[in-house]
Amino acid sequence: MVTRDQEQIIERKLAIHRVADEKPTREQIDAFIAEHEFPLSESTYTTFVYRGPAEAVYLGHWIYGLVSAQLFKHVEGTDLWYLVMELPPESRIEYKLQRMHHGKMEWLLDPLNPHRASDPFGENSVCHTAGYEVPEWAKPDPEARPGTLKELAFESEALGSKRHVVIYLPARFRPTRRYPLLVVHDGPEYLKYSGLKTVLDNLIYRLEIPGMIVALTQPEKRLLEYANHEPHARYLTEELVPFLEKELPLLKAPQHRGLVGASFGAVAALSTAWRYPGFYGRLLLQSGSFAFSDIGEHQRGPAFDPVVEFMNAYREDPKSVSEKVFVSCGTYEANIYENRSIVPFLQKTGMEIRYVEARDGHNWENWRDRSREGLSWLFPGPLWMVYE
Amino acid sequence: MTSENRTIWLLGPQYHAPTLGDRFKEFGIPDGPIGVVTAGWQEREGEDEELDGYLDGRSCDLELYRRADQVFRSDPEFREAHREMQRMLREVEGLYELRLSYVVESVRRLLVAEGSKELVEPEQEHAIEQLRELDAWHLRRIVEIRSAFEEAWKPLEREVIAKQREAVKGLLADAPAVVITGGHVAVLLNRLRLFGMSELFDDKTVIAWSAGAMVLTERVVLFHDHPPQGAGNPEVVEEGLGLCPGIVALPDGGKRLDVNARHRVASFARRFLPDACIVMGDGDCISWNGKTWTAHDDVQRLGLAGELETVTSW
Repeated sequence: MVTRDQEQIIERKLAIHRVADEKPTREQIDAFIAEHEFPLSESTYTTFVYRGPAEAVYLGHWIYGLVSAQLFKHVEGTDLWYLVMELPPESRIEYKLQRMHHGKMEWLLDPLNPHRASDPFGENSVCHTAGYEVPEWAKPDPEARPGTLKELAFESEALGSKRHVVIYLPARFRPTRRYPLLVVHDGPEYLKYSGLKTVLDNLIYRLEIPGMIVALTQPEKRLLEYANHEPHARYLTEELVPFLEKELPLLKAPQHRGLVGASFGAVAALSTAWRYPGFYGRLLLQSGSFAFSDIGEHQRGPAFDPVVEFMNAYREDPKSVSEKVFVSCGTYEANIYENRSIVPFLQKTGMEIRYVEARDGHNWENWRDRSREGLSWLFPGPLWMVYE
Repeated sequence: MTSENRTIWLLGPQYHAPTLGDRFKEFGIPDGPIGVVTAGWQEREGEDEELDGYLDGRSCDLELYRRADQVFRSDPEFREAHREMQRMLREVEGLYELRLSYVVESVRRLLVAEGSKELVEPEQEHAIEQLRELDAWHLRRIVEIRSAFEEAWKPLEREVIAKQREAVKGLLADAPAVVITGGHVAVLLNRLRLFGMSELFDDKTVIAWSAGAMVLTERVVLFHDHPPQGAGNPEVVEEGLGLCPGIVALPDGGKRLDVNARHRVASFARRFLPDACIVMGDGDCISWNGKTWTAHDDVQRLGLAGELETVTSW
């Protein structure tokens, strides 16, 4: 147990304290900022710094279990603010600064941190602690031959509307060859925020997964369609997949057919497989919103009613719905409890399950960073056998 | 020309920086068609326009992948027997991998073990010897299974195979050289063996790279230090055709292997002694004249001390 006194001793050793404790001049603060990269990582301590006019500054983050707004300390007589947090190594944390100025609270990207991540709600600043690096295979590789994307419009009877699906064809696509099929929920977001095309290009080029065809789907009413919605499952399984199998050279066995989803998309993937057991032989479920209630009412809002009903039914009577299921979740996200909880139920069915955790949150880059391990386990490539 | 005085040229990978065109000119191959084996490319067999350009438009694809498909389609009895042999080989491979993981781990731990040199070194040597013995045992099992199959089914005497082989022989009649590309090493080796190609190459210059180079050696060793799944333990997967002895070919070894990890490099090199483990990178070229190996430009091998060593001839 580290006492408060010990904490203070440790804190005295950090770079920020060597500056802050000396009533620094403007020039000394300038030099301190110029000399370091922020957030500043020292051992297990991370120092967030803000410089500018403010009445108060907070760190706004999405780490489940920590107070979501962490108050910065003000260095008296200066415009320097800082917050020291002890964060585990290999962590990746998305955050924003909250600044109280002229009595108004505003959200800011950290001006001292160039690392950013995007999601459908905008940008966040990103803090990496020691040991975390953006994976090489997630960065564009000029040597990797790029696959192609083409959009098709598809009239769905089940959903009663026209659907747009983006199809990824691997580099060196040959109509004479047969390919596995991956159906991805929230496809455009996976492309835009998780760099899925780059990941596919690289993993296929490196032979870590086979050349595959990927159908990137998108919902119109996400909360409805992804929450164990029978027409959604029917659309994918009875309309889209048969259509693609007719139009494209696909391998037509369950082990060559996969569903991918994150968050609510993972619920959609699992529930679709549940409605059509055995049809999809591979599932990649990332940070699933697998809400359930053991007793009483759940507290997740009405959108979760059908999810809770589905998960409670599944937990009551777990069924084998696929052959191999890869489940991943960030330890800093609220869904960690639900994901840890579902794993034994999935295992009980005899399906082959792999579950991994990472020190990350509920975000697209976490899902990107887990995709190599998931995809190469579900669809092993010919890496070991092919020498070009 | 006979197999005693012909030259076998092994090149580095041709994927990013093809050198075949320049090398082909240097080799001064006499007139005539160049037999080409692209069976390792599987469904892409025959998509060899670029290759044909490097060979001055002289390429003649032997279509071994397509011919094998035709054999399996028209001789279902043989296909089933062949499939069963492959199943047995896979099963034996699984058993080998099981044993291999423990032996490789013990070698790795012993190579970093601290203690008296005179006590540790014999243990290291003995552990590596166990690894060699396991590899040799595995190869014997493979040869037993394959020999039993060949004895029972006499593939080269089956009508459909003999017919295809005769056609290939005809294509090679005036060919002074054969080119074997990379690709799926097991598929390539299977096709070459199915049609008894070694004998048909007997009097020809052979140019090969990547998987093509691997299948010409005595032992085909699969390797990758950082696969996304599994431990990445090098595996002896099959006997090669044995046309060029004395080396283990490691195409793209500089990328596939962690060549800065001294203990991994050392254990790899010691395990496959007396063969030289040759790292075939882009632009590399070595040749075998039936007696000695010659490296053209700088070519590297895995050194027994754990570093890469430049080789010239051996």
